[in-house]
Amino acid sequence: MKHTIAVIVENKSGVLTRIAGLFSRRSFNIDSLSVGATDNPDYARMTITVQGDRDVLEQVIKQLSKLINVIRVSELDASESVVRELAVIKVSADKESRSEIMQIVNIFRAKIIDVSHRSMIIEVTGDENKIDAMIQLLRQFGIKELARTGMVSMVRGARVIKA
Amino acid sequence: MSKMTGAQAVLECLKREGVDVVFGLPGGVLLPLYDAIYQSDIHHILVRHEQGAAHMADGYARATGKVGVCIATSGPGATNLVTGIANAYMDSVPMVAITGQVNTWLIGKDAFQEADITGITLPITKHNYLLRSAKDIARVFREAFFIARTGRPGPVLIDLPRDVTVDEVMFTWPEVNLPGYHPSFKAHEMQIKKAAKALMEASRPVIYVGGGVRYAGASKELYALATKINAPVTTTLMGIGCFPEDNPLSLGMLGMHGTKYANYAIQESDLILAVGARFDDRVTGKIASFAPHARIVHIDVDPAEVGKNVRVDIPVVGDAKNALEALIKEVGAKARGEWNEKIEGWKKDYPLRYIPDMNIIKPQFVIEKLCELAPDAIITTEVGQNQMWAAQFFVHKDPSKFISSGGLGTMGYGFPAAIGAKMGRPECDVIDVAGDGSFLMNSQELATAVVNDIPVKVAVLNNGCLGMVRQWQELFFEKRYSATILGRTSPDFVKLAEAYGAVGLRATKPSEVESVIRAALATDRPVVMDFIVSPAEKVSPMVPAGATLSEILELEWCDEAQACHLEKIYAQGRQEIYGQEGF
Repeated sequence: MKHTIAVIVENKSGVLTRIAGLFSRRSFNIDSLSVGATDNPDYARMTITVQGDRDVLEQVIKQLSKLINVIRVSELDASESVVRELAVIKVSADKESRSEIMQIVNIFRAKIIDVSHRSMIIEVTGDENKIDAMIQLLRQFGIKELARTGMVSMVRGARVIKA
Repeated sequence: MSKMTGAQAVLECLKREGVDVVFGLPGGVLLPLYDAIYQSDIHHILVRHEQGAAHMADGYARATGKVGVCIATSGPGATNLVTGIANAYMDSVPMVAITGQVNTWLIGKDAFQEADITGITLPITKHNYLLRSAKDIARVFREAFFIARTGRPGPVLIDLPRDVTVDEVMFTWPEVNLPGYHPSFKAHEMQIKKAAKALMEASRPVIYVGGGVRYAGASKELYALATKINAPVTTTLMGIGCFPEDNPLSLGMLGMHGTKYANYAIQESDLILAVGARFDDRVTGKIASFAPHARIVHIDVDPAEVGKNVRVDIPVVGDAKNALEALIKEVGAKARGEWNEKIEGWKKDYPLRYIPDMNIIKPQFVIEKLCELAPDAIITTEVGQNQMWAAQFFVHKDPSKFISSGGLGTMGYGFPAAIGAKMGRPECDVIDVAGDGSFLMNSQELATAVVNDIPVKVAVLNNGCLGMVRQWQELFFEKRYSATILGRTSPDFVKLAEAYGAVGLRATKPSEVESVIRAALATDRPVVMDFIVSPAEKVSPMVPAGATLSEILELEWCDEAQACHLEKIYAQGRQEIYGQEGF
């Protein structure tokens, strides 16, 4: 089972280490982790995707809550949240393949952000499935390099997760 | 508000936190701090190894309930604290460890005696800090003490770069403001009601008590609850003394080397009320078959402990004292019943016992004699057989008077912990029950005890081996005693004590045990008592690792052939040390 949690932390050096250390020490599996400042620069927000059953999730949340620098931990219910990830993909592209790649880019509403004689860089955002699907389709052309941000997520509607 | 150096600010913080004694050892980067200590009235105990300082602070904290403080220099000084910090973390001991650090501009440059101690201690501290500015000293120290002693207590480390202690600062004492720290205290009323109902419905309840009751100071409330509903009480190693062991409701300790009747009671129970205990593997045995008929109520101040190791039917998050107080009000009195009778029967049928001997000292006999002659002493222990015998054969009545390394199982803990305990409670006799293996792990602190005139007593149960591991080898490794026979490699403990200026006493026969203990208690100097005990003795009963609690075995304490075999191995070495009369 995959779970997504939002963790509001103090925006200080060493906090990421504490969280990463906790996950490795307790053998929790992280699928994805992303972090960035919030509207309040004193706090940062992490979105963490973890694997495990309900008991594991409960332990993850409780253990994270024990860290002094962690302000808030919330589970984000997949059905009530929007989830986005960004990937940049450098793919081999020559005269013959370029137009076919551009078609795929259009279908996925992705963007081409760099072009050279032999390659192009594609930027795509979406949920994990969309990005996986896009990568799958681009493989035939030869993926030279790939970078993904990890997931960010937010609950739909009025509910707010803040410090 | 007044202007002072960072080092002076540190001492001002310690003073404001009510710290009267610190345990430490100086070093290069700590020169400014030690200069301030020199000019202050704080009592500094100079140790001979930083591990000793950490264990002393730990022993002091467990004996007094106050936050223990230890100090070590950067690099090796700091890393030498690590075992002591891990030990305090596993047993939830309130401690503040102060480490020196290289100047801030040298951090990360692999400077002389630099170690990333905040990184190293990340998983073994409740929280830690690397100070980068003198203006943060007061805030960080205040937070550190607050975090260390509240909620589930634990060690907090403060890494103090040299320049931070030299810089000048205007001292202010800020309020604690930690938006991410909310130690739970008051138990939820609904959960208390549910727990009370379950207790009243149960016909075979057992109260299972851990260190949480000790730290919450909830022994009185526990006693009131247990006697009100006539429920038997078993304690973990950390909970020893929370319930008086001479009370008929006491089941003593449970788990691997617990009593048979405690383990039977757990396995037959229909309701377990766990209070401040964490279902450790040494307690539960095989987890899948632990307490198969019982609903479980779990009171704990740390929400993360609830549901961590076992399924819990009624979780109660809160301080043990507060929760027990609430629970007492909710439950009605219950008379003794069939369950109590059944337990009485088990207690009669399966008492803790050993075979006394006229010629050779049984280690259990030494513990019984200590209990008889010093019933109110603070007992600290090392780890292994000595620890289990001290837990089993001393009648404990006060949790602050049994001090032992539970979670981490640190050999070498008991002696420095005894020194710390004695500093905190000088009016008490303090006795470290040790083995010949573990005592040597921190015996250098004899110098600390002697120089500072801290008259602790050490009772070495000298069996010439690393007894607990030897016991496992005998039982599970076909008597291949790999690296567990110490024999002649141990020093003469009497001479060792004397070399440090302490008193050394030896008993080689059961008839000498009492006079040695009396002599030790009568002197006001540190004493090492060397009890030459039976080498083949085993800790019994025992739940083999991975077995169910009810599969607890009564071991043959001392198998005749085994004894002869071991004697032969030891004899030569012992004669060299103790002369012919050694045996």
